[in-house]
Amino acid sequence: LSRIGDELYLEPTENGLSLRAVNSSRSAFASFLFAPLFFQLYEPGSAGPDAELFRCKVHMKSFLGIFRSLPSLEKSVGKCLILLKPRASRLVLQLHCKYGVTKTHNLAFQECERLQAVFDTQRCASRLCAPARVLAEAVVHFPLTLAEVTLGTGPGGKISLRNYVEDEAEPSKTMVTELWLAEDEFQSVAVAPGSHITFCLKEFRGLLSFAEASNLPLTIHFDKPGRPVVFTLDDTVLEVHLVLATLSDLESNSRSPSTNGVSHLPAPSDDFADDLESYMVAMETSEGGSGGPPSPTFPLRTPQPAESDPQEQEEGAVPGTPPHKKFRSLFFGSVMTPGRPGPATTQEVLAEDSDGEC
Amino acid sequence: MPFSAQPPASGEGYALSASLDNARHLSSLLRAVHFQDHATCLATASGLRVTVEDAKCIQANAFIQAEIFQEFSVQEESVMFRISLSVLLDCLTIFGTSSLPGTSTALRMCYRGYGYPLMLFLEEGGVVTVCKINTQEPEELLDFDFCATKVVNKIILQSEGLREAFAELDMTSEVLQITMSPDKPYFRLSTFGNAGSAHLDYPRDSDLMEAFHCNQTQTNRYKISLLKPSTKALALSCKVSIRTDAQGFLSLQYMIRNEDGQICFVEYYCCPDENITEAEL
Repeated sequence: LSRIGDELYLEPTENGLSLRAVNSSRSAFASFLFAPLFFQLYEPGSAGPDAELFRCKVHMKSFLGIFRSLPSLEKSVGKCLILLKPRASRLVLQLHCKYGVTKTHNLAFQECERLQAVFDTQRCASRLCAPARVLAEAVVHFPLTLAEVTLGTGPGGKISLRNYVEDEAEPSKTMVTELWLAEDEFQSVAVAPGSHITFCLKEFRGLLSFAEASNLPLTIHFDKPGRPVVFTLDDTVLEVHLVLATLSDLESNSRSPSTNGVSHLPAPSDDFADDLESYMVAMETSEGGSGGPPSPTFPLRTPQPAESDPQEQEEGAVPGTPPHKKFRSLFFGSVMTPGRPGPATTQEVLAEDSDGEC
Repeated sequence: MPFSAQPPASGEGYALSASLDNARHLSSLLRAVHFQDHATCLATASGLRVTVEDAKCIQANAFIQAEIFQEFSVQEESVMFRISLSVLLDCLTIFGTSSLPGTSTALRMCYRGYGYPLMLFLEEGGVVTVCKINTQEPEELLDFDFCATKVVNKIILQSEGLREAFAELDMTSEVLQITMSPDKPYFRLSTFGNAGSAHLDYPRDSDLMEAFHCNQTQTNRYKISLLKPSTKALALSCKVSIRTDAQGFLSLQYMIRNEDGQICFVEYYCCPDENITEAEL
């Protein structure tokens, strides 16, 4: 998570403790959901009918500083207690170490709004699943400084990985690396032929090393360029999602994004067509909670029509995006209470996430 | 009267003359107190004491007993001079700092007296280096007046338990707060840094605790930048004794076992920091 953002969002839910991070340009979001069974004891606290479970964010560095040396932690720490004390404004992390020694850290936290990227893996046209090792071995061929990589599907069900080269780059001075993976290297392949996406490799590497270390297969859900790519890891007690924005194609202007089930969308007018943005608008105009099939873990947030123009929200949420990059920020759902399965009318709208800052 | 030791091999009368088969026995200890450039050396019949001070608040002493040396003679009752500790250490480790098994640097140290430089003869593998380090007028040293009768609280811990804690101290905190008490939390080290506060608690019945004699609950704060150098001494030591007196002065004594199994001591004395506003716990 520290590879993604500088702040760690802690959100206790009934389904477990969720740790999340987002990057400054809001083009990458990751969440780790630890089920109650992962813990020896899990008490998310009580939430009243109108209140939510308390959540907060802390500085990533401060949090990581407590778990500085993993090898020595493994040897000396028996258990770790995490307590959220809203009234004292402290997040308490207590490590019970050998020899009866107790290390107590009281971290200052900031209250924050819910951090949630909107995505739906069910709606992705393509899905790949591979052991993390296969992907790690593939990615090792690319230099550590490489920013973006393009994942594509080719003839014979082969999957390609290629470094992304900026259009403005001199062809004679750039090195292109491309490698192909056969279908049988993957555990499952269900892809739309001829599809490809370009995403940030740096942010992906972090998840990849975690997947390798935990020996979990990695699933990649992707759709058209411009739509976010979702990487997931699943375990009995852990669910990991990494959502990265993808580069949208300049040629996508004429494509009709019909897969999202909405009848018509505004035609993108400028070169930086953002299918994602259109998707957002489409969501806004859809009705209530039945706007689309809900994602298994992250239900779609349906903002009420009275919400401010998403265009405005979108631009305001992209403070740090360099102009030449065609990535746009992921849509972060307007802040709403987690919907209990039920009618949308019970949902409360909290202050909207106007400038992207919590 | 001061005893008259055997005259040095050269026959001349040196105020201080010493020989050491393994210079590391001296250099490793001196490194544990090397947080300032200059040190004051005091040689007496019992051995050599090297003192380093800072800010009139902290004093560290390294003791190398006469028995550690193969030869140690002091002409007068005591010999004292001020010297650059950085230069002294550079000379002692002139053949390198890596300790290959079986190799060691032999040292012969001679000091004629007031106004003369300190002569070092270092030999390793047949190669001899001669160093001459200028000495200065010794400055007055702090006297913390710390004696056994004035000790209020004392604990002795195995260094293993503190090493990691000291190495990982939150340096964004201005102070290190030490609480010693006959009741909980018994022995607590606290820091108050940018991220928040951190407390390290050692129970009195911990396996690490060799001795626990706390009579009164005391909480004192010390400037963390002054105490941080003591980490080096802690890393070398096997045991540490932590004592405070009624005024909150801190004494840290480290028992260090050298390569040959001989015992040496390093101690740190520190004044409590009075200029701190109430830190949150």
